[in-house]
Amino acid sequence: MGIPVSGKNVFPSNIQGLPTWYEIRVSKDGHTARPAHIDLVVALNPATYAKDVAAVRPGGWLLYDSSWPLDQALAREDITILGVPFGRLCVEAFTGDRERTLMRNIAYTGALVALLDIDMDVLGEMIREQFAKKRALLDSNFRALHLGYDYAKKHFPCPLPIRLERMNASREHVLMDGNTAAALGCLYAGATVGAWYPITPATSLMEAFTGLCKRYRVDPETKRNNYCILQAEDELAAAGITIGAGWAGARAFTSTAGPGISLMSEFIGLAYYTEIPGVFFDIQRTGPSTGMPTRTQQADLLSIAYLSHGDTKHIALFPADPGECFYMSLAAFDLAERFQTPVFVVSDLDIGMNDWMVKRLTWDDNYRPDRGKVLDAEQLERIQRFSRYLDVDGDGIAARSLPGVHPKGAYFVRGSGHDKHGAYTEDAAEYQEVVDRLAKKLKTAEEAVPAPEIHQRNGATAPIGLVALGGTHAAMLEARAVLAGQDINVDYMRIKAFPFGEAVRHFLDAHETVFVVEQNRDAQLRSLLTIETGVPRDRLTPILDYGGLPLTAERVIGDVARHLEASVA
Amino acid sequence: MTSIQKPPVRHPSLQSNALGLTRRDYEGAMSTLCAGCGHDSVTAAIVQAFFELDIPPHRAAKMSGIGCSSKTTAYFMRQSHGFNSVHGRMPSVASGANAANRDLIYIGISGDGDSLSIGLGQLCHAIRRNVDMLYVLENNGVYGLTKGQFSASADVGSKSKRGEPNVQKPIDPVLLALSLGATFVARGFSGDKARLVPMLKAGLTHKGFAIIDVISPCVTFNDHEGSTKSYRFTRENYHELAAVDFVPLQREITAATEAGTSVSVTMHDGSIVRFREVGSEYDPTDRDAAYAHVRTHQERGEIVTGLLYIDEQSSDMHDIAHTVERPLVELPYESLCPGREALEKLMDEYR
Ligand SMILES: Cc1ncc(C[n+]2csc(CCOP(=O)(O)OP(=O)(O)O)c2C)c(N)n1
Ligand code: SF4
Ligand SMILES: [Mg+2]
Repeated sequence: MGIPVSGKNVFPSNIQGLPTWYEIRVSKDGHTARPAHIDLVVALNPATYAKDVAAVRPGGWLLYDSSWPLDQALAREDITILGVPFGRLCVEAFTGDRERTLMRNIAYTGALVALLDIDMDVLGEMIREQFAKKRALLDSNFRALHLGYDYAKKHFPCPLPIRLERMNASREHVLMDGNTAAALGCLYAGATVGAWYPITPATSLMEAFTGLCKRYRVDPETKRNNYCILQAEDELAAAGITIGAGWAGARAFTSTAGPGISLMSEFIGLAYYTEIPGVFFDIQRTGPSTGMPTRTQQADLLSIAYLSHGDTKHIALFPADPGECFYMSLAAFDLAERFQTPVFVVSDLDIGMNDWMVKRLTWDDNYRPDRGKVLDAEQLERIQRFSRYLDVDGDGIAARSLPGVHPKGAYFVRGSGHDKHGAYTEDAAEYQEVVDRLAKKLKTAEEAVPAPEIHQRNGATAPIGLVALGGTHAAMLEARAVLAGQDINVDYMRIKAFPFGEAVRHFLDAHETVFVVEQNRDAQLRSLLTIETGVPRDRLTPILDYGGLPLTAERVIGDVARHLEASVA
Repeated sequence: MTSIQKPPVRHPSLQSNALGLTRRDYEGAMSTLCAGCGHDSVTAAIVQAFFELDIPPHRAAKMSGIGCSSKTTAYFMRQSHGFNSVHGRMPSVASGANAANRDLIYIGISGDGDSLSIGLGQLCHAIRRNVDMLYVLENNGVYGLTKGQFSASADVGSKSKRGEPNVQKPIDPVLLALSLGATFVARGFSGDKARLVPMLKAGLTHKGFAIIDVISPCVTFNDHEGSTKSYRFTRENYHELAAVDFVPLQREITAATEAGTSVSVTMHDGSIVRFREVGSEYDPTDRDAAYAHVRTHQERGEIVTGLLYIDEQSSDMHDIAHTVERPLVELPYESLCPGREALEKLMDEYR
């Protein structure tokens, strides 16, 4: 019906049997963040009625199956409870347990069609599409739909005050999860080696990549694969495979979550120091340790920025939605090869596993991968002596050679101390020359990574600035819009990458009051900003939300307002 | 891509191979190991094996973990790319490199600490994956680089330099590899180069994961009285299964005249491995028999050496992954990216 919508699956870390919720937000203004208040709850599971009833906002509605009466103790004065005997209706209309159960869900949909004024034609079309090849099912589905629809029409004032209206806001949009989009990014980037070890919520990324490869990467002549995906024995091995393949010259990646990132730490240091490209997806979940595997968080920021022992620093990209997961995956491979270093794409469970409405992904056929400085056989043939870590161009990036190309390109990769030629050293000056160049390389990267996105009214700087990154973007935009409606004008900077460039520092400097909004307990982004920009910590006020659910705009609005009141008082 | 740096000029005194390279061209940097270290002898045997197989050095990749043994990849074939990775994790790096470029010849060098303690999992899984590589485990029963602690291959009762006996049971890499389904399993001794070289050549030619456990004494920490990984102990308890001859494809005719061969195995490229004077009871293609043979001799305190098991018909990592013949690194980007039209069509599926 062309209406902006977003859906979030709230599920437990459990294989079977425990209840899950699916939250759908529909907003004519295009807000897609998780809402703080729920207008209508469709209760499908008697075991969770108490929770479901409590979730409805005052003045809202609850739809449930009245074949079995609702416990009176649960009733609330301030909400409207709509009972439809779905179970009984389906028992009467259908035969067999399986069909009765399946059709009950469709009958619910029928009731919602009536209550919310959903376009029956659109829905009918969807059902016809889905069951085009199963005529018998088609008929039952329509019958079930009408069971619910007719009952609701007859017994309730339809439609409810909350209703759907046809719009034209989603035409150029698709509904997609971030892991699928990231996998597509890897496919289009030309990645050929993928290594992984299963972990929620990163598993679906490699599964999506596998599916895409089966579809688009089978050589038409030989029917053999133009890719190699290895399910490793653990994340250490997945990192090792990624690095080995990157060293050999392939675009390689791995996808994991916090526990895997911890295991990869030693290898990441090796790749940083020996300057081997690789793309590492961290689909963050709630930590520490195993934490809450099916809940979201942004709590790996500090560990990723400086992952591994010794002086290290890494490029990280922070996609805000599935659309950016696609484009940033691509950017990650280019940056990894250009800077010859591991690059992290830091997503999270909410982005990775939930369906988001995003602009249709587009592709420019003129795109060619940035392979960075790689000497080919002819170039190697011509040079006197190849020195792996020599900074010829002054940007901190040395040219590399790939194994097997030319004898002159041969060098010895070592995680032990090495000089600019790649030779073993324990000499202080020779050692420092290399690590200083690495620092310079990461400095060069500051202005090569995506710049922050800054939202400002007419280019004029407001006294208050909000800072956030990643998947909280929708909530941040909504909060800013609502605050503007209350005459509180705030600027907003969404950081897209680490290391931070000049623009990030400038935004912090330009605002008297800065709120840093993030989903972790310890204000990790604020710490990073403090360390990297030198802006005093006290100038940055944290707004922290780390219970594991996606951020709501209300949370930001409330905290900003409270803080402003306190500072006036 | 197969250019060779050295012009094929012959030194009158140095023999050259089919590529016109001499043994010198297969040497590496000066070793920094202790004089007499077994690992240096293994290095010399490796140089000889690559030289005799006429492998262009730059088409070989030398992979290793951390340890005195792992350092040795710097001491042979300076014209080859080397990758000294992290402790115990070389198998995954080699797997990734091989996934990306299957055309290179991979040799991995590891130690008993690197392979059997910190890296035990990675070794097991590289065997299972059947990565096409030669894996040389330079086994001295101790952690040489960290100054002589017992490793997981130290025998019960074997004495440390300070006289303390080891009490924990050892992991035997040969039995481990046999039970995990390794497709080429051998044991050698650093002090017996003549027998080690053909074993290395066969291992390099083998398609799939070839593991050679080489007893390689540590003269500094484990070559004393009471050690079961010393030169003396190994020599005294050495039980040779059968000497192997490696007959590369192109030299078949000259070598075929040698007598005394009772079993031979044809490698996937047509070369032949011959087992000289094998008793009729031993079949190197029978995994269970190989296992039993090693165990029986072990109980008598004997170290069985030789090429113990070989399976040339196995599927390697790329067969299993059904990858294209051409190395993935050589595929042009155009053949990897589905393009704009495909994306547009795909987007319609997500409306
Ligand atoms: C993660 C990690 N832990 C510990 C070490 C220290 N370390 C270096 S080499 C080594 C043992 C090597 O033993 P082995 O593989 O048998 O090699 P050898 O020196 O005996 O040839 C250890 C424990 C390390 N480098 N990395
Ligand atoms: S310590 Fe032992 S293993 Fe290490 S170099 Fe010396 S002899 Fe060889
Ligand atoms: Mg050792």
